Amino acid sequence: MIRFDRVTKIYPRSGGAAALRDVTLNIAKGEFAFLTGPSGAGKSTILKLLYMEEQPTSGEVRVSGYNSKDISSRDVSKLRRRLGIVFQDFRLLEDRTAEGNVAFALEVTGVPRPLIPNKVARALTAVGLASKATAYPRELSGGEQQRVAFARALVNDPFVLIADEPTGNLDERATRGIFQLLRDINASGTAVLMATHNLELVRSSEYRCIEMNHGEVVYDSADVKQKAG
Amino acid sequence: MLSLRSAFRSFSRAPLLSLLSITTIAFSLFAFGLFGLVALNLRNALRTVEERVEIRAFVADKTPVERLIAVADDISKYPEIEHVDVVTQEQALARAKRELGEFKDVFESEFLPASLDIKLKPGFRDPATVRRTADRLRELEFVDDVRYGDEWITQLYRLRNIAGVAGAVLGLAFAAVAIIIIGATIRMAVLARAKEIAIMRFVGATDWFIRRPFLIEGSIKGILGGTLALILSYVAMRALQQYLHLETAFFDQRMAMLGVASGALMGLAGSAVSVGRHLRKV
Repeated sequence: MIRFDRVTKIYPRSGGAAALRDVTLNIAKGEFAFLTGPSGAGKSTILKLLYMEEQPTSGEVRVSGYNSKDISSRDVSKLRRRLGIVFQDFRLLEDRTAEGNVAFALEVTGVPRPLIPNKVARALTAVGLASKATAYPRELSGGEQQRVAFARALVNDPFVLIADEPTGNLDERATRGIFQLLRDINASGTAVLMATHNLELVRSSEYRCIEMNHGEVVYDSADVKQKAG
Repeated sequence: MLSLRSAFRSFSRAPLLSLLSITTIAFSLFAFGLFGLVALNLRNALRTVEERVEIRAFVADKTPVERLIAVADDISKYPEIEHVDVVTQEQALARAKRELGEFKDVFESEFLPASLDIKLKPGFRDPATVRRTADRLRELEFVDDVRYGDEWITQLYRLRNIAGVAGAVLGLAFAAVAIIIIGATIRMAVLARAKEIAIMRFVGATDWFIRRPFLIEGSIKGILGGTLALILSYVAMRALQQYLHLETAFFDQRMAMLGVASGALMGLAGSAVSVGRHLRKV
C-alpha cells in the first residue's frame, strides 16, 4: 500500500545534508505504525513524501498506485482525498465551527452539497464530538480541537491516517484519549502512521515502531519480529 | 459559489487596497479612454473633412475637351476613384463667380484653366493615397498643376496618430502600475488566507480550485475599474461639451464593452501572476 524504495531526500537549501538517506520501508493495508526519533531525524520528511508535498531526491515513493516519479499535481490532489492528515497544531479555521471545519474538507474537494451534513455528523460522532458540532475552535479544549482535526481527516474515509505529532500539544489525559481514538480508527480498517516523540506511548502499545535517526531507519520492530520468526 | 464568496470576502478584508487597485485600473483605462475619445473625434472630423477631399488637376490651355473627357473616362476606372468631373474654362469661371460673389465683376474673361476634378472613394482619402493619385495625374502631359489640401489633411492625421500613441503609452504605463497593485492586493489576500490554503492543499483541493477565487477577485476589480473609467470618460466628455461647446462623440456599445473587458483582463493578469508566485510560498 505504501512503499519507500531507497529514498534519499536533500532539501535545496540544506547545504547538501540529507534529511533522509536511502530509506526503504513498507506499510501494509490496515497497519498501525509509530514513527519515532529525535527532532530532525526525518519523521516529518517521511510524512511529507508520503502525501507528496515533497519529492524524493532519489529513489521512489509509491502510495496506493501513485508513484512519486510521475505523479501529476492533479493526481496529488486525488491522492490526498484518500489520505487523512493531522498535525500537532490542529490547523483549524478559527472563523468556522467544528462542523464547519469538517465540512470545509468536503466543500473544497467538490463533494455534492446535500451529502455534506450527513458525512460531517458521522465523522464528528466517530471522534466523540457530536455534541460540540456548533462550537468554535476557541471554545474547545486542545484535545477537542485535535478531535475536530481527526474528524476532518476521517470525513473522506481515508485508507491511511497520517498523524504528525498529534499529541505534541496535549496533556496526558487528552493524549490518552487521542491514542484511544487512533486505535478505534485503526480497528475500523484504516491504516495509521503516527510520528511521535512520546516513547511511553510507543512502549505501552503492541504496534509496530519505526525509529529514525539522522535520516535513516535505525530500528524497525517489524524486522525484529521477522528475524525472530 | 464558494469561490465567489471568498473572492468577495477578501474585498472586505482589505477594502482600502481593493479600492486602490480598482482606482488604478480605472485611471489606466481612463487615460486610454480620454486619448481614445480624442482619436475617435478626430477620426470623425477627418471623415467629414475627407468627404471634401478633392484633387484638382489643372490642364494646359487649349487642351481639347474631347481629350479631357476621354482621359476622365480612363481615370474613373482607377480603383480609388469615385468620379471625375471635367470642368471647362467657362465652367471654372462660372464656379468662381458663384463661390466668390463679391468679386464677380473681376472675372470677365476665361482666364481660369480647365480642370479635372477628382473625388476619391471612401477609404482612399488618406494623405498617402491622395498624394499617389496626384502624382499619377501629374504624369499626364497636358496637366500643368495638381492641387489638393494635403497639408491640413496630413496635420489632422498626425494629430490623430499622436493622440493614439499618447493614449497607448500613458494607458500602458497605468496598466503596468495597475497590474503591480493588483498583484500586491492578491499577495496580501494569499497571505491572509495562508492557513486556509494550506488546509485546502492537504485535504486534496486542486490547484485550480485554490486559484479560482483569486482570479475571480482580480477580474471583478478589473470590471469595476473598467466601468469607473467609462463613467469618468463620459463625465469628461460631457464637461468638454458643456464648457467648450464642442460637439463630441462617445464610444459605442462595442467599444465600451471592450474597455470593461480590458479592465477584467488587466485584473486577471495581475492576479494570475501574483497568485502563481505567492501560492508556492504558502
